[in-house]
Amino acid sequence: MIRDITIGQFYPVDSPIHRLDARVKLTMTFIYIITLFMINSFVGYLFVIAALMAEIQVSKVPLKFMLKGIRSIMIIIFFTAFINLFMTRGEHILWQWGFLSLTVEGIMLAIKMCIRLVLLIVGSSVLTLTTTPIQLTDGIEYMLRPFKKIGVPAHEIAMMMTIALRFIPTLLDETDKIMKAQQARGADFDTGNLMQKAKSLIPILVPLFISAFRRAEELAMAMEARCYHGDENRTRMNRMYMQKRDYHAFVLGLIYIVAIIGLRYASNIFPFLI
Amino acid sequence: MSIKINHLTYIYNLGTAFEKRALDDVSLEIKQGEFIGLIGHTGSGKSTLIQHLNGIITPTQGEILLDEENIHRDKAKLKEVRRRIGLAFQYPEYQLFEMTVYKDVAFGPTNMQLSKEEIHANVISALETVGIAPELYEKSPFELSGGQKRRVAIAGVLAMNPEILILDEPTAGLDPKGRDEILQAIKRLHEERGITVILVSHSMEDVAKLVDRIIVMHEGKAAMTGTPKEVFCHVKELEAMGLAAPQVSYVFAALKEKGFDVPLDVYTVEEAKKVLINLVKQVSV
Repeated sequence: MIRDITIGQFYPVDSPIHRLDARVKLTMTFIYIITLFMINSFVGYLFVIAALMAEIQVSKVPLKFMLKGIRSIMIIIFFTAFINLFMTRGEHILWQWGFLSLTVEGIMLAIKMCIRLVLLIVGSSVLTLTTTPIQLTDGIEYMLRPFKKIGVPAHEIAMMMTIALRFIPTLLDETDKIMKAQQARGADFDTGNLMQKAKSLIPILVPLFISAFRRAEELAMAMEARCYHGDENRTRMNRMYMQKRDYHAFVLGLIYIVAIIGLRYASNIFPFLI
Repeated sequence: MSIKINHLTYIYNLGTAFEKRALDDVSLEIKQGEFIGLIGHTGSGKSTLIQHLNGIITPTQGEILLDEENIHRDKAKLKEVRRRIGLAFQYPEYQLFEMTVYKDVAFGPTNMQLSKEEIHANVISALETVGIAPELYEKSPFELSGGQKRRVAIAGVLAMNPEILILDEPTAGLDPKGRDEILQAIKRLHEERGITVILVSHSMEDVAKLVDRIIVMHEGKAAMTGTPKEVFCHVKELEAMGLAAPQVSYVFAALKEKGFDVPLDVYTVEEAKKVLINLVKQVSV
């Protein structure tokens, strides 16, 4: 059923990771992503995997949920692996056919790229699974504030994201209803060729768009009726405060960065670590 | 043609943490030509029940028999079931999508692969039944008023020539004039074409005025069924289910309390008018 699709995928348990300030988690995720591209050895990846596993353990979110995200980028992973496997030039050629060649270097690179992608997805899943969408957008708004000076509408971006997230379940429900209503009029979404299938979407999409616009208009009106006029002089109901635990997390993050940089130089000095 | 519902149970999100029993062992029979009122509090299972009747939802347990045949027995026949049992959802105007009123109403019959002449005849007759003037046929449905849109959407279901018409809250959110127009159209359909009608409603007044038999849903069960007089005399039970009898009956209960000699089983305004005129005549004599 269409209801089963979850996009705001927050997993509601209470854990030290859940309690962390969203800004801390955002910063750390950002750093984590950068470090993924700094690492060039398998030992480095082993270290990241160990750190990630420890974090997931602490977050109390079942590993199954963390790995869910991988399924959606399976195609990208395969594609990346394929390109790297056959397009990498190297000295140790194992097999060659036309412009395709399988080299030891290529195999190594493909494995590394796949690990990198999987770690990327799982690592950022930790952020979205342990932070409510509202906290997340609040955090993003805060982090974008410095860019306001160069004209980035931080508040508006955050508000748009909040509203978009808020309306995903509503629009899914709406789609479900419209589909049923058109089915009751004999619409058929499952059979026919691609063209017919695409055409059968019109009776769903047109009402859906109209209702989305109607809702947007109503929401805008309701917000203005309550004197919403953007960012200026707006106070917040939930202010974000950094706690002790947030600083502790930062220290851990710092240790992690130092370790990654250390590992990178270590692998330059001791090439067998690759 | 009759519908028989045997031990129908439906559970939403079966096998997940969000499991919810929407229908619980419901058995009902709806005979040819009946005008049924389906009432119940929000979440009582009314909408789930009617979506089962034309196979939009597949039962978790139990079966729905249309002329003694299980509607899910042959998947290929489901489209035919949906033609014979027309279902107009709540706020049906939100499903309009075509360029013109005519085309939108023709969507259903076109899907049923009827011939061009048949489609044309059905569309015109459906639009006439719901009282949409011919000059509106080529207009965009989005230019119409709320009440007109609603009637066009209902015509979209009628154009499939259903033998049974199910309407989920057809008057919700309409002004009194729009409401009367729709209810009149439904009444005409029932009387002139002999269509079986199932009307889901929150308005006890509408139900009391129109239907032959009431089915009361409560917590996924068919809690009561009977003629309006039979059902509405159980005011206490109805109130316990978050429902009520028509307002007129409360006026009469209050009159009785004040010592007037009035019957207590008055449920429609017309009836009340007669009784009250008589009462006034008696008192003034």
